Amino acid sequence: MSLTRTDVEGIAHLARLEISEAELPVYVASLSKILAFVEQLNAADTAAVEPMAHPLEGEVQRLRPDTVTERDQHEKYQANAAEVAAGLYIVPKVIE
Amino acid sequence: MTLHTRSVAELAAGLAAKDFSAVELAQHYLARIEAGNSALNAFVTITPERALADARRADAARAAGRAGPLTGVPLAHKDIFCTDGIRTTCGSRMLDTFVAPYDATVAERLQAAGTVLLGKTNMDEFAMGSSNETSYYGVVRNPWNPQKVPGGSSGGSAAAVAARLAPIATGTDTGGSIRQPAALVGISGIKPTYGRVSRYGMVAFASSLDQAGILAPSAEDCAILLGAMAGFDPRDSTSVNTPVPDYVAGLRAPLQGVRLGLLKEFLEGGLEAATGALVQAAISRLQSLGATLVDVSCPSLPLSVPAYYVVAPAECSSNLSRFDGIRFGHRCKEPRDLLDLYRRSRGEGFGAEVKRRIMTGTYVLSAGYYDAYYLKAQKVRSLISAEFKQAFTRADVLVGPTAPTPAFDIGAKVDDPITMYLNDIYTIGANLAGLPAMSVPCGFVDGLPVGLQLVGPHFGESRILAAAHAYQSATDFHRRLPPSFT
Repeated sequence: MSLTRTDVEGIAHLARLEISEAELPVYVASLSKILAFVEQLNAADTAAVEPMAHPLEGEVQRLRPDTVTERDQHEKYQANAAEVAAGLYIVPKVIE
Repeated sequence: MTLHTRSVAELAAGLAAKDFSAVELAQHYLARIEAGNSALNAFVTITPERALADARRADAARAAGRAGPLTGVPLAHKDIFCTDGIRTTCGSRMLDTFVAPYDATVAERLQAAGTVLLGKTNMDEFAMGSSNETSYYGVVRNPWNPQKVPGGSSGGSAAAVAARLAPIATGTDTGGSIRQPAALVGISGIKPTYGRVSRYGMVAFASSLDQAGILAPSAEDCAILLGAMAGFDPRDSTSVNTPVPDYVAGLRAPLQGVRLGLLKEFLEGGLEAATGALVQAAISRLQSLGATLVDVSCPSLPLSVPAYYVVAPAECSSNLSRFDGIRFGHRCKEPRDLLDLYRRSRGEGFGAEVKRRIMTGTYVLSAGYYDAYYLKAQKVRSLISAEFKQAFTRADVLVGPTAPTPAFDIGAKVDDPITMYLNDIYTIGANLAGLPAMSVPCGFVDGLPVGLQLVGPHFGESRILAAAHAYQSATDFHRRLPPSFT
């Protein structure tokens, strides 16, 4: 599988990553190589095999009672944000 | 006897006998870090004030008769574990200024056990790497030879313990990130069973593979630490509610009659001759100590690396979508709009390998490719897992090399991701199947350490620790120190 420049630009857009002009050809080459490498998987006969999402055989996700377990620490948490006002995260204007 | 050549059990005995105080011990290690870290770059953050406060508390607890086996024992955390009030970078510019607002369960439990935090160790960015060259904070050097990598991603923890800048350190292992660096710097490292140790507060990379573990000089040290780290945590939905055995008591289990399985595929895959010879010699040693050897096979194991490089990037692309430049983490200057904020914050905050994996993952999960890549890899994962299960019907412990070669030169593999990925050919299988596995030092090639890998069945930590301990009781490779750090 060989990717084109347009493919990589599309992937970068989906992943919300800005990739510079200089980096682009590097990713075109290395991502193509990785996809060619993982194509080895096609050699395995998996017709009768169930996909495995995690290694916890027989375990099911637990449910907990729907009760409040956290206390309000928003000021502490928001101290890591770039821009906060009145307890709200500030982002560029979304709706014109 | 110098303090830093003591094992965890010996440190605990010295503290209990009041040969030295926790404060003196912390000061000793802080001085070693001060003297040795600039050559290794093993620590991202050193926490002397916290260490001395922890140590004073440990001494007070001992004076009050409330000391446990780890009270006053210093340690370092891989900088992937959140530590309340202390910067937690995950080796990334993205989290350069991130101060964790809470403790990971691992950090909380070890603090409750009375340990003393020396600092946070360097690592490949977001644990993505096998050489510790992808860190935003620079490469970590191998204490045995500064031109060589220490392995990764827990390279800082590995180098710190190998150079005895810390007696023990935590790590995480998604595809070999504890075992491979442990092998490359000549120490012991254990990745427990998936679900054995809580991952709450451990920055997520690939959630179906990630597991927290330990890097330490010996299997006995690992057993002592694991007992304090393991156990059910309601805050981690993948934490398994199974009783934690007494790992230290389990070390005494005899090797007599233990069936070692030599996986045929562990002798292929680019295994360098000199490394293979040392691993074979270690297996013979285990046989001479009473174990029997059976040949087993896991024919799909060569597909573990390609399966991993679909599954892990897919999960990483999803996990790392939380870094949006808004709630925490790097934010670009003067974003034009929301899209520009996302794209530039992430483009600037993540390094090249992380971006490569996010894009690989985004691609294999995208419409039209999901079945061909992601679903296929999950099916191959089933095959590998079933083959391991089959192997454990004939063997109690699987043995083989941890890595195909000793430590390689810094810079040697950075331009070729596939060559770098193939370094994990022997370790990835245990992650895909969720098995406990460890590496112990078994000799040297040209002055560089080599690791023997032991893999157990689910929740079989005691078995691999006991086999490793029996081996270490008969050998002294785990006691050797790098000449520059004696």
